[in-house]
Amino acid sequence: MSDDVQRNEQPDAAHPTGGVPVATMTDPHMQPYARHPARAEAVTGLLLLVGVLGFAAYGAVYFVNGSTQWQAVSLGIGFIAFGIGLTAWGKYLLPQGPFVEERHPLAASQAERDALGAAIVDRGRLVFRRRGFLGGLLGLGGAVMGVVLAFPAIRSLGPLPKKTFDHTHWRRGVRLVDIDGNPVHYTDLETGGVLTVFPEGHVGDAMDQTLLIRPGGPLPGQTQAAPIVTAPGRETWGPQGYLAFSKVCTHAGCPVGLYQKATSQLLCPCHQSLFDVGAGKPAVPVFGPAPRPLPQLPLMVDADGFLAAQSDYHEPVGPGFWERS
Amino acid sequence: MSAATATPATREGATQRRSPTRLSTGLDGTLRWLDERLGLAKGGRTFLDKIFPDHWSFLLGEIALYSFIVLVATGVFLTLYFDPSSKEVVYHGAYAPLRGIRMSAAYASTVDLSFAVRSGLVIRQMHHWAADVFLGAIAVHMCRIFFTGAFRRPRELNWMVGVTLLTLGIVNGFLGYSLPDDLISGTGIRIAYSIILSIPLVGSYLATLTFGGQFPGNGSIIPRMFIAHVLIIPAIIAALIGAHLGLLVRQKHTQFAGKGRTEHNVVGIPAYPNFALKTQGFMFVITGVLWAMGGLAQINPIWQFGPYEAYKISYAVQPDWYMGWLDGALRIMPSWEFVGFGHTIPFEIFLPAVLFPGLTFTLFYAWPFIERRITGDRAEHNLLDRPRDRPRRTAIGAGALAFYFMLFCASSTDVLANFFDVSLNLVLWSFRVLVVVVPVVVALLTYRICKDMAGLSGVGKRKRPVVVRRSATGAYMTEPAAPRPGDGHEEPEPEPVPTFVQLDEEEPEPPGVRRVARRV
Repeated sequence: MSDDVQRNEQPDAAHPTGGVPVATMTDPHMQPYARHPARAEAVTGLLLLVGVLGFAAYGAVYFVNGSTQWQAVSLGIGFIAFGIGLTAWGKYLLPQGPFVEERHPLAASQAERDALGAAIVDRGRLVFRRRGFLGGLLGLGGAVMGVVLAFPAIRSLGPLPKKTFDHTHWRRGVRLVDIDGNPVHYTDLETGGVLTVFPEGHVGDAMDQTLLIRPGGPLPGQTQAAPIVTAPGRETWGPQGYLAFSKVCTHAGCPVGLYQKATSQLLCPCHQSLFDVGAGKPAVPVFGPAPRPLPQLPLMVDADGFLAAQSDYHEPVGPGFWERS
Repeated sequence: MSAATATPATREGATQRRSPTRLSTGLDGTLRWLDERLGLAKGGRTFLDKIFPDHWSFLLGEIALYSFIVLVATGVFLTLYFDPSSKEVVYHGAYAPLRGIRMSAAYASTVDLSFAVRSGLVIRQMHHWAADVFLGAIAVHMCRIFFTGAFRRPRELNWMVGVTLLTLGIVNGFLGYSLPDDLISGTGIRIAYSIILSIPLVGSYLATLTFGGQFPGNGSIIPRMFIAHVLIIPAIIAALIGAHLGLLVRQKHTQFAGKGRTEHNVVGIPAYPNFALKTQGFMFVITGVLWAMGGLAQINPIWQFGPYEAYKISYAVQPDWYMGWLDGALRIMPSWEFVGFGHTIPFEIFLPAVLFPGLTFTLFYAWPFIERRITGDRAEHNLLDRPRDRPRRTAIGAGALAFYFMLFCASSTDVLANFFDVSLNLVLWSFRVLVVVVPVVVALLTYRICKDMAGLSGVGKRKRPVVVRRSATGAYMTEPAAPRPGDGHEEPEPEPVPTFVQLDEEEPEPPGVRRVARRV
């Protein structure tokens, strides 16, 4: 260390270290927080050791591809013990203080603020002084740039809604098929039976999903059942005791998945809207937040005895939106 | 430094000005290199001297911070195995019960990273738990800030940064929860779509643009949520956490009143080494707890729910806890739909799911200014309030907490009805009443308790135990119990952090001499 030089320093208040005391280990602030430092040190050591063992144990568990639980326990204990050890070290073995630092006002003088304000305003005016035309072009450029950038940023995201909300894939004569694509014959469902159906060719579609229920069936000894009329004007919509309602809840769009046979009610499990179905009850909401009945799909039985739609739904299915009239 | 309480030894040490610590050539050279380029010597030492007040409630923000670090670390791990795609695949992976079933690649990869990647399940569940803990810690931390008045001047900006972090945390939590494309989270996305759709005028446009078409869209929602969840929102959160902590350092900590603590100082432990060691340990503890939860406490077992199908639904499901208040609001909202003039405004969705949270966060943002308006208090505050000393604020806060807690409970109407075997109707109407009544009662009670505590002497002071004796004649007498260890302990007056520490084993050197390594 031949190039070491010794430099004399006079105690000097302007120097970074000037006026700062040199603490000795007898200073009460430098005493550890622990009442029995030796004991605290032993416990800290033990915790760190447990931590190390925990880390190592996880390594072993990983190596033998041990269970998720052993992975959790080993590394969990490792982290926790190691962490508590470090925290104890910091809390009990280091100088307890308390130490203090002064706050200094954040704000500068009024003159400083005035200078900043003046700099902004004066230099700003320097830019636009007698150059209103350039300023206008700057504003115009910003506006046009903003508008055209909105096309790739927003317009590219997806199609406009247009009229897609008003229609589903149901059409006159389209057969009802189940999730496997099999058409539904009018003898397929028992009285009280329920089935999720889709228009043929659109199995699984989120908006087309329809709940087919059979609240009424043929009387004993008969094969034909009377149509169910839910509302005036829907005299032909429920042939053979069948009814079909949109399965998309009119509240938040969840599938109305639960049919309570005893009460002829449909329940949406998301927010507990309850709809009355059956004769004279066009799926009107009787409970919960749903505002509107589930749209009813007009049914018919085609020449082969399979169930088919008479038409699309007569109103948009699902939750409300602004353009819905 | 305060000369009044300094011991003779300290005084001697200070006046003698023992020589400063001799640095090794290597460290001195490194510091010189850095200082000449960054000018960090002065600010660096100020930073090491930064004082952290010691109070347990100051840990809450740290829990949030370290949960976020865990979230980033586990999240990076998950991105290596997760496939953010709604492309339909037939499952042939590690989990036998799902083999042969059609599902999205997102769902299949989530199942496989849980079962086929070593420690994958622990890390996936740890990620989920960490998100719940992250938002829980933020919420409780925010309560601490609110009830102690730490949001007052000069910290209004940091309060607003914090509210933004809470908002982004909730959004990102929901997005992450939705990514696996399981039956339950898919239903959540369906509801989110309906919520966007409910916005008057632009709802249908926003919905189709977000989803790439009418629900379920063109399959782009999962990759879109993915990029928002793993890059855009976390980047903003990380930047805002930086701003949050930067403001904290700039404005310095608040502290509770106490010996030597004033509006113009901060008393506690220095950043280095005390706080550094404690907080590093605390980070390990949080990591360990989250890791252990990830492996021991099952959360979101998506393989049991099955892949999302638009026509399927599960029963008695709740969202993650931080979405509960919104779900509860949706459930107890009456079915008020406005229809007229050829248009529909679905208030039954728009009100509880768009306006209400919007109003909630607006009020959060505005609270420091609202309170300033009410109290007329424009002064700077660095000392914290005790909640009981501000009965009106505490009552309002407690009432608000009760309100959101009731909404949270309302997200379990079906479960409660089943559990107590009462009708859903009764539960629903109970909540519609309770959500109004409980907050008012809680607020009034809180106000009363605060007022009563203000009149009591010795509230919050340490109680000395007494011994009760009974005399031969049956009279009772009390006398103070024997002092316990530490009873007589007096905290020393706070002092500045010493720059130089004369450790025992060091030989004293001539005064005013410092060894400096100098390169030629």
